[in-house]
Order: sequence, then structure tokens, then C-alpha cells
Amino acid sequence: MDNNIISIEGLKKHFPMGSGKFTALNGINLSFGKGEFAGIIGPSGSGKTTLLNIIGSLDVPSEGKAVILGQSVGNLSPAASASLRKSQLGFIFQTYNLFQVYTVYENVEFPLLLQGIEASKRRQMVLDALEWVGLTDKIKSRPAQLSGGESQRVAIARAMVKRPAIVLADEPTANLDAANSHHILQTMENLNRELHTTFIFATHDDKVIGYVRRKIYLSDGKVAKDEIIEKN
Amino acid sequence: MLAFKLALRNLLGAGLRTWLNVIVLSFSFIIIIWTKGLLEGWDRQAKNDMIRWEVAEGQYWHKDYDPYDPFTLSDSHGPVPQELSSRVSDTSIIPVLITQGTIYPQGRMHSLIIKGIAPEQKVVELPTAKLTAGEGEIPAIIGKAMAASTGLKEGDYVTLRWRDRNGTFDATEIRITSVFETTVPTADVGQVWLPLEDLRKMMLLPGEATILITADNLSDVRVTEEWIYKDQETLLSDIEKIIQAKSSVGVIIWGIMLLMSMLAVFDTQVLSIFRRQKEIGTYIALGMTRGQVVRLFTLEGALHSVLAALVGAVYGVPLLMLQSARGVKIPLSSSDFGIAMAERLYPVYSLALITGTVAIVFVVTTIVSYWPSRKIAKMNPTEALRGRIQ
Repeated sequence: MDNNIISIEGLKKHFPMGSGKFTALNGINLSFGKGEFAGIIGPSGSGKTTLLNIIGSLDVPSEGKAVILGQSVGNLSPAASASLRKSQLGFIFQTYNLFQVYTVYENVEFPLLLQGIEASKRRQMVLDALEWVGLTDKIKSRPAQLSGGESQRVAIARAMVKRPAIVLADEPTANLDAANSHHILQTMENLNRELHTTFIFATHDDKVIGYVRRKIYLSDGKVAKDEIIEKN
Repeated sequence: MLAFKLALRNLLGAGLRTWLNVIVLSFSFIIIIWTKGLLEGWDRQAKNDMIRWEVAEGQYWHKDYDPYDPFTLSDSHGPVPQELSSRVSDTSIIPVLITQGTIYPQGRMHSLIIKGIAPEQKVVELPTAKLTAGEGEIPAIIGKAMAASTGLKEGDYVTLRWRDRNGTFDATEIRITSVFETTVPTADVGQVWLPLEDLRKMMLLPGEATILITADNLSDVRVTEEWIYKDQETLLSDIEKIIQAKSSVGVIIWGIMLLMSMLAVFDTQVLSIFRRQKEIGTYIALGMTRGQVVRLFTLEGALHSVLAALVGAVYGVPLLMLQSARGVKIPLSSSDFGIAMAERLYPVYSLALITGTVAIVFVVTTIVSYWPSRKIAKMNPTEALRGRIQ
């Protein structure tokens, strides 16, 4: 770890529920450094997706502070929040969330279009990203023509194409079989090592847990255990 | 520019779904333009027919003549003014003598207006050349509507009764020499046309007339105070009022059709926003602001109308041009409603109508697309990503 790029202090998140409220996160203190490959682990309802959403500036803390790349998520304007996601954050979802009407190429190109990167540079970056995930032969395919593993690899390419500082992956293997799960996890691990991108997974999948180098166990909205695994 | 590029990419990428919407919207374009063009063509035709059959370039009216008060007809006549006699001689002015009368077809009594007109006239389109009959007979021509209401047909004889200048009733037999077809009710319904000289003799009014129809605009020609010049604009003012009243109905029909097509766009947008929740959440996760997503969806909706205009132009322009040239055949039964309508209407598609319709549909489509898209601005992206919003 070179330095902290994510710093979370006393983070709480409440959701209204009936006449009361439900506390999804209850005083989280965490920090992540550049190049981490970490998993937020816990059963359903433990608050891992909520934590990931706040780190991704898709949601804001009810109490406490979450500082991402020097920017406090709770204090960001909608435009600044969007700008942070656009330039520094990549998302990988359980259900891939690819744009069905776009080709593989267009899906991967999308984040670069938002950044206004010029066409020739954009093309090279898209082809590089598709090469990382081994899908250069599928650039004209549409998501409906891809397998689950291929779709998730496109999603990884889309998340990585802009070379973000942080990639947030919410249950990325939940819809995949074992072979595909290992394939995409290896892909992400390689990218993490090559590009020093920070990967944070929200998961309860043992396959993912086996790959991560830091395991943060959440239980009832609190960090139950935070362990770093030494790997060669 | 980015929003436009993405909107176009989304639309074209959606393939058949987009083209179905576009084709339906293009039908709306064409139907709206066609209906409005038909109504405008009808208006123009009604006005032109009035000019060709009755009004010509203008008329002189005897000062007592009131077309809406038949009881004044017996007094509203006078000698043709001296200043116009040369024009009468060269038939650029057509004197018409008008009086009240009654006919008795099949024993029934039928009140009508008798009009005397020179058979040789060419100023109006009445087939006055047919006002010829055998020795001692008085020829008469009537319109199709009059023939239908009286049961008269070409070759029939019918008794005509009238009052002469002294108020004395007289009667004679006339022979229907022609039944003509016109869309101008005032030349047809309740009218019988006789040769001018015959009517003058019958009424004991030699050289007199009630109105003078002019082939030229004579608004600058001053005559005796007994005759008042009515220019074409004045004579068409009634039909202009009818057209204006009908135009408001046309606007309502146009509005209803526009509303129906916009409902389809609105429905598509609402469905699209509901169905594309995950996509909306993904846009936001990838760095778009909610405002940008609203603009993207609004633009997508608006682009439907642009594509619809282009698609509509491909099949609509030749179709409408063909109809404009060949006209639209109206069922014969439409004349039964008493509407001044030709058997064939020629729609008029002005540039203003087409560009105006396209512009209005574009603006309304944009508004209708924006309306449901505002919902995006209130969406919670984390809920949208999971497709949980109801």
C-alpha cells in the first residue's frame, strides 16, 4: 500500500423503514490504499453493498465521513460526484448491466465518450481493454449474444477502460459458474497487479474470498474482522 | 453533441422497437398533414367555386336588394345604368333579374327564387347555353340538389307562378332543359334559372336587373346611387366566415390527432423509463449526472419525431403529391348532408402546413418526452441499478 485513497470514519447509514429507521452501516472505520485487492465479505443484509455504494458516491453517509481520493462523498455536489465516478471509479455489477442495444465495442467505449476522449485514442483504449479481457474477437457482438462469463468480462473492460483508481465490484461472480468465476477473477487480479488499480469486492462467494488479499468481514453493519492475507 | 450521439445510438441500437414507434409516429404526421390539407383544399375549392359560379370579380347590387330577405325582391330591380351599358353589350357584365316564384311539380307547391340570366354569358360557369327551347317554350335550368328536392329531371315540364311588376300573379309552363351539377348551394338549392329576356317579359321589366355580375374588378367605376358595387372580398365574406368557423373545427380535429399520437409517445416514454431503470442507474454509475440522463431520454423521444418526419417524407411526399394532383373522391352521399362539397376534393399542402406540423410535432414530442423523463431526476441510483423502482 502506497497511501490511502479511501478513508472512512464513523460511517453510519440509516434507511427509513415504516415509522422508524433501519441502520445498514453502524460506525464503519476503514481505509484502503492504492493497489489493494480487497473483499467486503458478509451475508445478505450485512451492509456490504451499501458500503460499496457510498465508496462509489452513489449514496451518501447518514453520519460520519467517507473520503474518496481526497473528496468527501457527503459534501459533493451531484456534478462533482458524477465527475468523480466518471474519471476515477469503475463499477462491476452482479448482473453485468451492459447496454443491450450497444455492441461490445460500444459498451466499452461508453465511459470514454463521457470523458470526451478523442476518437482515435478512444479506439486504442477500447481495443486495449478488450485485449485485457480476451474479447477482441467479439467487438461487434451484442450482449444478448454473449455468455455470462463473456458479459462479465465486457463489464470488466468497461470498468477498466478509463484506467480508474478504484474498481468496485458488487457480487461479480454471483451469476457465473466456477470456471468463469476463476477466469474473471484471474483477469481482475492481473489488472490489479499490472495497473495497480484498487479493487474492492462486495461478496459472500468463497471463490472471490479465495482471491482477495484483504478480507473485511461485515456483520450487522459493523466491521467484524479485517485481515490482510499475504500472497506471493 | 454527446447526448445526441448517444440518443441516436440508443435509438438505432433498439432496432425494430424504434422503427415501429417511428413508423406509427410517421403515420400520425401524414394523417395530420393529409387531414389539414384536405380541409384547406375544401376551403379553397369552396371559395373558388363561389367565384366561378356566382361571384365572378364583383357585382353591382340594386340598392334595395337583400339576398336574405326574399320579400324585398319584387322591389329590388332597376334599369341597367347607362355607364355600364357598353360592358353589358360586350358581355363583360351580366345582368341578372331575380324574383320569387312557385312551381308545382307533381302537384306539390314548391317556393323558389327565379333568376333570369343571358344564355350567351360566359362570366360565370352556369351552363346557360342550355337555356334554349322550342318555339313558345320557356327553357329553365336547375341544379342537381333542386332536381332532387323537386323530383324534376331534364325534359320535364312544370308550372311556374310569379308576380309581375304590378303584383299580378301569372303562371306558365317551363321546360327543364338541363340539370347541372355545382358545389355552390346558392346557385342550386331553391333556384331556377331562366333566360333573362323571358323573365323580363314575364315580370314586365324590360331592360331591368337586380344584380350585375362583372367579369372585371370595377370598384373604381362610379355609377348611379341606385347601384352599389360589391367587390369580390365583400361577396366572399360569408364564406370566409364559414371557413373560419370550420377552421376552428379543423384545429380541434388536428389537436385530437396530435394528442393521440403524443399519447403513444408518452406511453412509450413512461414504459421505457420503467423498463430501463437498470440502464439509467448504470448511466449514473458510469458518471452521467441525472440531468444528462433526463436530457438523453428527452432527446431520444424528440429524435423519434425527427426520424418519423424523415420516414414520413419517404412515403408521404409522393403519396400526398399524388392525392393533391388526382384529388380525393368523396362519396356521392356526402351531398345529402347539404354540405358544399365537390365529388372530388383536391387537398392543398402548403409549405407552411408541412413545416408548421413538423415543427409543432417536434416541440410537442420533446415536451411529452421530457415530462416522464423528469422522473429520472428523482430516482435513487442504487435502487435504479437493481431495477427496484415501481
